[in-house]
Amino acid sequence: MVETVEPLAGLASGPDTRGHFGPYGGRFVPETLMSPLEELEEAYLAARRDPAFNAELDDLLKNYAGRPTPLYFAKRLSEQLGGARIYFKREDLLHTGAHKINNALGQALLARRMGKRRIIAETGAGQHGVATATACALLGLDCVVYMGEEDMRRQRLNVFRMRLLGAQVVGVTVGSKTLKDAISEAMRDWVTNVNETYYLLGSALGAHPYPMMVRDFHRCIGIEAREQILAAEGRLPDAVFACVGGGSNAIGIFHPFVEDAGVRLIGIEAGGRSEKLGEHAARFSGGAPGVLHGAYSYLLQDGDGQVALTHSVSAGLDYALIGPEHAWLHDRGRAEYLNCTDSHALEGALQLSRTEGLIPALESSHAVAIALDQAPAAKGQIFIVNLSGRGDKDIDLYRENLPELDINSEKASA
Amino acid sequence: MTRIEKVFKSGRKVLVAYLTAGDPNPAATPELVAALERGGVDLVELGVPFSDPIADGPVIQAASARALAEGTTLAKVLEIARTIRKTSDIPLLLFTYMNPVVRYGFEALARDAKAAGIDGCLMTDLSVEEADDYIGIMRDAGLDTVFLAAPTSTPRRLELVAKYSSGFVYVVSRNGVTGEREQLSASVGPLLEQLRAKTTLPLAVGFGISNGEQARASAEHGDGVVVGSAIVRLIEQGGDLEAFARSLREGLDG
Repeated sequence: MVETVEPLAGLASGPDTRGHFGPYGGRFVPETLMSPLEELEEAYLAARRDPAFNAELDDLLKNYAGRPTPLYFAKRLSEQLGGARIYFKREDLLHTGAHKINNALGQALLARRMGKRRIIAETGAGQHGVATATACALLGLDCVVYMGEEDMRRQRLNVFRMRLLGAQVVGVTVGSKTLKDAISEAMRDWVTNVNETYYLLGSALGAHPYPMMVRDFHRCIGIEAREQILAAEGRLPDAVFACVGGGSNAIGIFHPFVEDAGVRLIGIEAGGRSEKLGEHAARFSGGAPGVLHGAYSYLLQDGDGQVALTHSVSAGLDYALIGPEHAWLHDRGRAEYLNCTDSHALEGALQLSRTEGLIPALESSHAVAIALDQAPAAKGQIFIVNLSGRGDKDIDLYRENLPELDINSEKASA
Repeated sequence: MTRIEKVFKSGRKVLVAYLTAGDPNPAATPELVAALERGGVDLVELGVPFSDPIADGPVIQAASARALAEGTTLAKVLEIARTIRKTSDIPLLLFTYMNPVVRYGFEALARDAKAAGIDGCLMTDLSVEEADDYIGIMRDAGLDTVFLAAPTSTPRRLELVAKYSSGFVYVVSRNGVTGEREQLSASVGPLLEQLRAKTTLPLAVGFGISNGEQARASAEHGDGVVVGSAIVRLIEQGGDLEAFARSLREGLDG
């Protein structure tokens, strides 16, 4: 029998006009937000057709944010592991320290174009909040960032950076006091002040058109990486690794490779402390389809449909729902999703720091650790790991979790 | 004719009360509903508590958290409805977020809600665009489907909301989350007029109404009013629900 159906055809063409990736995605919000979402979708599609909008964004990405980012061959690390040739996509070199700036600049330009002067955003690790505060300072827009109090404690440096940039940071004290609750509060603000406010959502989550729009603003990661690996190696990679919280850096680097059948796409979720519900953020192994914050996708929840608490050492992966396009790539077998525990992510971070002089963000460390696990058995293969952010913001957390390295420890100088 | 349809044909302005089922505990809810009914409430919305109530202000968020801490699940809310039905014929509208229903299953909910004496359902975060399966299943079971109309709704959307609703249309008077307000929204009048031109369904106005005077003003162009947060706050404070309902009734009847 000849296979007549191209198995990957159409997989990269989503979402459909109602925002669905297969059964996932959609628009599940109160009626008050439905017209604003329609208006946003229309404005976004018009902006993308406007050469002036794209030219301004491209100019900012290049001259302000620092694109294209390098694709760095980690020679020492590759030799040490003795298997795959490992490349890092250096999103950590971007202005503000992570990939988040790609989307923040794109949406802030869109907000200005729509005549909205007040920007609200949520943030987990603080990277999206900092990126949004930065874009707002640049474009002269008012900025309010919602952040869970638990995350404010974990990411104090980023709270200060946002304030330094002129943003108002509002602590969220309800629920688990993390990203999930920050998004809920941002949505409550949006529904109240919807006429003059633009909600600058920071991941490939939420109601249509957000998952599509955020992905599109991050596709530059994968487009560059694809060109760069072809230039460096003359062929496509065997595997691309990225961490997945909501999933914006992952969908950004995956998407341009989706129709390249030979390229494995590997998303890494937060394995947290254990496999017990509440102690991780591994939606595919521990969740079931459900609705949160406007989208239908895999969701960590209890048997009664209440959203479960999550845990990860990295605030940016600590969220109960995975972006809907990942759910679709997962169900179609196009991408694989693994998870990495807190402690293993720390091991990956340490090895990368000491072998290559790259201190990764804790989020990115999850992808790093799994790639390092798979590298020894992958002789002759090429890996690309999305180094989505740098570790500066996590120094306090590294100190907490690696006490043997702290100043009073003898091991530190050994 | 459903109980909901019937109550809107009673000739008086319909007083709708929202409360979060299971707050302060599941056993307390039937008596709270009875007090509301004695005070003159015509229709009760039983709120299903949810972990992430994005459309609710602080009062109902807190009630939701208390109800969840007392183990109030969707199944438990249906049990509460069964208990209420033993002694009362008051129309009951299940008021819920999507995810508990997704988990329970649309068909199972339609069957069990009907059996428990529920008359209809309103899903806060279910847009009409996503509602085709749901509508079919609910209507087949003889349950009304109430949808929200909002000040931001475009004429095209109001058309859809009217088309997908049965029983009544819940008209959100202003942008924002649930909660009491000192000032009523002025935009609800034009919104009601637009809807009248599109549907013969009764229109109930909600969001921000917390006393008899506001109830009367809100009902001027509508067929009923919904009071939520003010009732939930009174339950939290252990106040006299029957007397409060009566004050709303008197305000409404003028």
